[in-house]
Amino acid sequence: MRSSVIIFPGSNCDRDMDVALKKFGFKNQMVWHNDQSIPKSDLIVLPGGFSYGDYLRCGSIASKSKIIKSVIDFANSGGLVLGICNGFQILTETGLLKGILQQNKFLNFICSNVFVKVKDKQNKYFKDLKKDVLELHIAHNEGNYFCSDDELKSLEDNNQIAVTYCGEDGTENETTNPNGAIKNIAGIFNNNKNVLGMMPHPERMIDKYLSGEDGSLFFKNILDNFK
Amino acid sequence: MEVTEAIAIDHGLKKEEFSKICELLKRTPNLTELAIFSAMWNEHCSYKSSRKHLKKMHTKGKQVIQGPGENAGVIDIGDEDAIVFKIESHNHPSFIEPYQGAATGVGGIMRDVFTMGARPIANLNSIHFGSPQHKKTRNLLRGVVKGIGGYGNCIGVPTIAGQTTFDESYNGNILVNAMTLGLVNKNKIFYSKAAGLDKPVIYVGSKTGRDGIHGASMASATFDDKIEEKKPTVQVGDPFTEKLLLEACLELMADNSIIAIQDMGAAGLTSSSVEMASKGNLGIELNLSEVPCREEKMTPYEIMLSESQERMLIVLEKGKEEHAKKIFDKWNLDFAVIGKTTNSKKIELIFDNKKVAEIPIDLLAENAPIYDRPWKKTKLPQKLKFDKDEFKTLKLSDCLKKILSNSNISDKKWIWDQYDHTVMGDTIQKPGGDAGVVRVHGTNKAVAASVDSSALYCFSHPLTGGKQIVCESYRNLISVGAKPIAITNCLNFGNPEKEKNMGEFVECVEGITEASKYLDFPVVSGNVSFYNETKDKGIKPTPTIGGVGLISDYKQMLTMDFKTEGNLVYVIGKTDGHLDQSIFARELLNEKKGPPPTVNLFNEKNIGETVLDLSRKNLIESCHDVSLGGILTAVSKMCIKGKKGIKINSLKGLTNKYEYFFGEDQARYIVEIHEASLKKVKEILSKYSVHFDELGTVNGQSIAYKDDINLSIEELADAHKYWLKKYIDN
Repeated sequence: MRSSVIIFPGSNCDRDMDVALKKFGFKNQMVWHNDQSIPKSDLIVLPGGFSYGDYLRCGSIASKSKIIKSVIDFANSGGLVLGICNGFQILTETGLLKGILQQNKFLNFICSNVFVKVKDKQNKYFKDLKKDVLELHIAHNEGNYFCSDDELKSLEDNNQIAVTYCGEDGTENETTNPNGAIKNIAGIFNNNKNVLGMMPHPERMIDKYLSGEDGSLFFKNILDNFK
Repeated sequence: MEVTEAIAIDHGLKKEEFSKICELLKRTPNLTELAIFSAMWNEHCSYKSSRKHLKKMHTKGKQVIQGPGENAGVIDIGDEDAIVFKIESHNHPSFIEPYQGAATGVGGIMRDVFTMGARPIANLNSIHFGSPQHKKTRNLLRGVVKGIGGYGNCIGVPTIAGQTTFDESYNGNILVNAMTLGLVNKNKIFYSKAAGLDKPVIYVGSKTGRDGIHGASMASATFDDKIEEKKPTVQVGDPFTEKLLLEACLELMADNSIIAIQDMGAAGLTSSSVEMASKGNLGIELNLSEVPCREEKMTPYEIMLSESQERMLIVLEKGKEEHAKKIFDKWNLDFAVIGKTTNSKKIELIFDNKKVAEIPIDLLAENAPIYDRPWKKTKLPQKLKFDKDEFKTLKLSDCLKKILSNSNISDKKWIWDQYDHTVMGDTIQKPGGDAGVVRVHGTNKAVAASVDSSALYCFSHPLTGGKQIVCESYRNLISVGAKPIAITNCLNFGNPEKEKNMGEFVECVEGITEASKYLDFPVVSGNVSFYNETKDKGIKPTPTIGGVGLISDYKQMLTMDFKTEGNLVYVIGKTDGHLDQSIFARELLNEKKGPPPTVNLFNEKNIGETVLDLSRKNLIESCHDVSLGGILTAVSKMCIKGKKGIKINSLKGLTNKYEYFFGEDQARYIVEIHEASLKKVKEILSKYSVHFDELGTVNGQSIAYKDDINLSIEELADAHKYWLKKYIDN
């Protein structure tokens, strides 16, 4: 499976994502934000970090960058686009995904392991995933997902909520919600479920010496579904 | 404007220093020249009070590639890999403006490291605040933590360990010490020594503004009531620009275009240009009209003193200008050729086609004043005779809970949750352990790092305290299975013009030197911060040691959490029950006198090597050094982290349980051993002739000792984990 990771000025999880993708067998390439086009890919990843210094609003300037039109075209033609953390913020700013990411409820940056519940498996990311709850890692200041009532209803009606913060046993409530996100939302799809944005970082959880290895399941599953 | 003695004094120079300048120059300097002298001759840049004593430090070793004197120290970690590291203070600015002060402290130290060609791979910090009850403490703590996080998180370098303490002596002067480790190929290290004539001098990074003017002078003076007025001397950081600068510099460093490179830190363009020329024994000519400025009508005086952040000065190979410019254009950074190297051995400044300053370099560097300041020795306090009957009124379990929730012992998760500690995907030991550990990317090696200071011990007896912190750093590295290699130090002290403070400095340095020599744990970099004093009240002497060690196979890393029910728990090293200066004495007996625990360097080394040997042979399951709070505190942390309890054996004979459990004797570790390994462990302990106690067995969900203690892990965790968060929320 061919993948491309876009590097914006200020991206800082680009290398981590490259390492993770290659580890599981993706043929990955790095693409600079000022490039006009993206090499032939089956998956485009917008990595975490602070693109353009988070100036104006997180993800806002990246959503107007030169490369982004190619990303939007690719998404609209059904290609897989994955945005992690700042990548998720960029995707909401482009309009590919609904809603916004506000500052965390307690106003602090949070770096911590979290559990997320996989809410929908009828998609190319989570189909046949062996677990229902994954242990992943978050590191963000603006991960508090919010959207209007109408948008929320349509997300729910179309099963576009991808993952939600929960406890180890899958309980979703206020205490298992690290940042105040509406309905504990940690990640969502677009209508076609080819675009996924999520705050947790699977690329930081890819071997047992790190914070955990559930990220491995995530990447392997994308590959398995592609075959 | 005619420069007078009064103007010189306003610039922080002493009367005699001004006369010396006039004498050396054989004329009165103009205002720009005076500013340059004041920047180079202040304590922060010239080390005039400390240099004499720093020279004695132990700085050499088999693995040392670069000792003190460069932007950072460099050590060899095998293959072609080297680690570049340094710790630096940003105390004065952080007290005035905690967010920006702390943020730019982190930014500055990272620049010191990537200036040498290394990619930063880990950050650490040691931060010290006034009493929790002091009205400023809470906001200073919040601001500093946010600032450190705000900068490091954005760059994408994990913050892997740290230290936070509270003591009333920091009420008017908090300490913010930031440390960075970087990884470099040992054949591709960049230095600040200029070489060759007529080579272009390049300015890259952010534009120059009026921020931070006189920053280095501020760090060389004490505070008074008017410190709020000093806010404009605090620099403003932009981590985004630093991230671009980091990537651009590393890209340019991939080939052979750079002759010398130096970041513009304290005293900005002045100290960077003078240092490069001085080290290369050259002159330098700068055309200040070419310096990219953020504000209009900046004068040469302002340009030379600005401490705007995220700027670098580079001496480039001739003909490489276009190539270099392309890289900086790609990263949207300013790039300007602002001068050249010369053979004049002077710094010459041009502005608007006029020469505005001309000073021989040696007057600024080698001829800067050196003081042999008078100092007073601190006598070893008499050991206290505790009334052991008084102990009996204290319940052991209450004592333990009280100590675990002490501000200096309690869990600091609220702080490090705000630091990205997992970015770069190689953090294998997070904050909260004895040391942070990151893998050397793509290899089996890992690097461990820890920051330590013991102001109470150093205050009580500086010589012992100095030794103790080096040993503590050594132990922390060994506790995670790393072989200690070298240290960096940040020497935070009061006013060196006072004999007592100067004595604290001299004796702490002596202690550090003695221990680092004995343990073969050389000092490769560091910084001195004097004048941590407000209205005549100075801080307790707080030298901070940043230690770095190597784990050759990261799978052998140790952690402190208890692993398996039924395993045996040993205390390695002898417990005499030293209570003077302990947390127990302070918290429960309200006793602040007495000497710190004795440091026996032979034991420290021998026991350290024993534990390292055990860990290399995979004979221990978990390990934690015993320090502040003694054995019970250490073992409680192992229980909390491992979510497993311990059944403690009855103490032998006449041992006093309070002394045994809370004494702060040095050179001790607690280790967890599987029964199958016991025979081999005992053989090794006997081979090294090391004393050990069989403390107990990993058991159940509580810490239990006879009828005295039966505390569940939740109770322990409650006492330990929530102090800080509760404090912040109040």
